[in-house]
Amino acid sequence: MEITAKQFKNCDMLVVSGRVDSSTAPQLTEALEGVTGEGRYKIVLDMSNMEYMSSAGFRALLSSQRVCKRYNRGEIVLAAVPERIQEALELAGFTELFKTYSDSIDAVGSF
Amino acid sequence: MSKVTFDADFDNLDDIREFVGEAAGRAGFSDKEIYSIQLAADEASSNIIEHAYAGMKGGKLEIECSIFEGGIKIVMHDQGKSFNPSSVPEPNVKADLSERKIGGLGLYLMRKLMDEVTYEPLAEKGNVLTMIKNIGDDG
Repeated sequence: MEITAKQFKNCDMLVVSGRVDSSTAPQLTEALEGVTGEGRYKIVLDMSNMEYMSSAGFRALLSSQRVCKRYNRGEIVLAAVPERIQEALELAGFTELFKTYSDSIDAVGSF
Repeated sequence: MSKVTFDADFDNLDDIREFVGEAAGRAGFSDKEIYSIQLAADEASSNIIEHAYAGMKGGKLEIECSIFEGGIKIVMHDQGKSFNPSSVPEPNVKADLSERKIGGLGLYLMRKLMDEVTYEPLAEKGNVLTMIKNIGDDG
């Protein structure tokens, strides 16, 4: 799994490629905390190259979403969610907790 | 029937998913179903690695895939700590962000993705988790 971070005027973006599971989810957490630790709480997660995500990844996202949404200071939004991952997110009831956009440009533009 | 013993380590989740995915493909499942089976196997394996073998080194996870007419049976055998599945509360998938509990999600997904999930804590031989999925139930 690889994560690249980009910074825009109004938000940060993390592009995650590969598979997010119990083995790699800590790296996702670390990347998210790298952004929030800088006092930045508006984050786009670009999932266009993500192949797979298990509940370990969902939990990482949930923890960080709580941090970002505190005091209404920001949130994590999801961009280009692959179909299989979208289905799993729906099953886990996570689609209510995250706004989703079909591409990252729209997601960045939402902030 | 194919059987592989894995070291109980998160680093082996890729191999575990590949093993069950290959069996699910041979059984005739659709791509969506194969993904579901791999996800269920991942969640089950992760729970065994994290909880059954918590604090233990050198644990083994034996996984057996049997293809039958119309489906697949996956049996996971570990020698770690047993637990009581009914003691794990089902996550409230409608709760809002502040009330959403983090635990129990793996087990919940397993039960949703597979048609049958049974768990037998066996005193000396270890724990046996059986998951069955039938072809064509969710396309």
